[in-house]
Amino acid sequence: MKELVIEAERKNLPKVQGFIDEQLEAASCPALTQIAIDVAVEEIFVNIASYAYSPEIGTVMIQVTVHEDPLSAKITLIDHGRPYNPLEKPDPDPTLTVRQRKKGGLGIYMVKQSMDKVNYEYRDGKNILTIEKILR
Amino acid sequence: MEQNANNESRLKITMNNEGAEYTFVLEGRLDTLTSPDLEDQVEEVIEQAEKLVFDLGKLEYISSAGLRVLLGAAQEMEDSGEMIIRNLTEPVKEVFDVTGFSNAFQIE
Repeated sequence: MKELVIEAERKNLPKVQGFIDEQLEAASCPALTQIAIDVAVEEIFVNIASYAYSPEIGTVMIQVTVHEDPLSAKITLIDHGRPYNPLEKPDPDPTLTVRQRKKGGLGIYMVKQSMDKVNYEYRDGKNILTIEKILR
Repeated sequence: MEQNANNESRLKITMNNEGAEYTFVLEGRLDTLTSPDLEDQVEEVIEQAEKLVFDLGKLEYISSAGLRVLLGAAQEMEDSGEMIIRNLTEPVKEVFDVTGFSNAFQIE
């Protein structure tokens, strides 16, 4: 397992994605799958950066584990900010027209749709969000 | 300033216009950090635009932050003109499909 601890600030997004990409490239993850995972990690990380500690700044721990057979990645983002389960947010309706649409809720919906497994738990004062994706 | 320089290397925005038709060519990543740059540039022209075109042929990445800018522009253009999106790459198309924007947006 690889681990990164970083301040939950939007400007750190390139560093977070660089860390994720490093692990996925080492596992020979297909490019399209890597982009989908990068997007999911952005949505979750930016959520934490925006809401978990605001207006303070706290840290996020990011853990990446690659499993064989089937080749898959499990990524966990852990913060100790205010308890918040983003998965409870109502899903936006993908059939709505441009005029009917609202700008919120898209990010987490994309995570739910594009990952194979998404799980949230609050334990020992920590928000623990895990995503899993089969790479090949 | 350093932040802007970094963002420019992540997303290149080229805008050109013929009369009231404005075309934005995007290259790179449209994400949380770069989408405010696009939003600012769109805001500058949207009032005089009758047609807004986004060429995404070299856009390799889009997150919900990017989608929100495109949705905002499309909503503003609803009554005053039209907005067209061109040339979806595979990863961008996947995001559009998952969120239903493939049907909601006018795509060529």
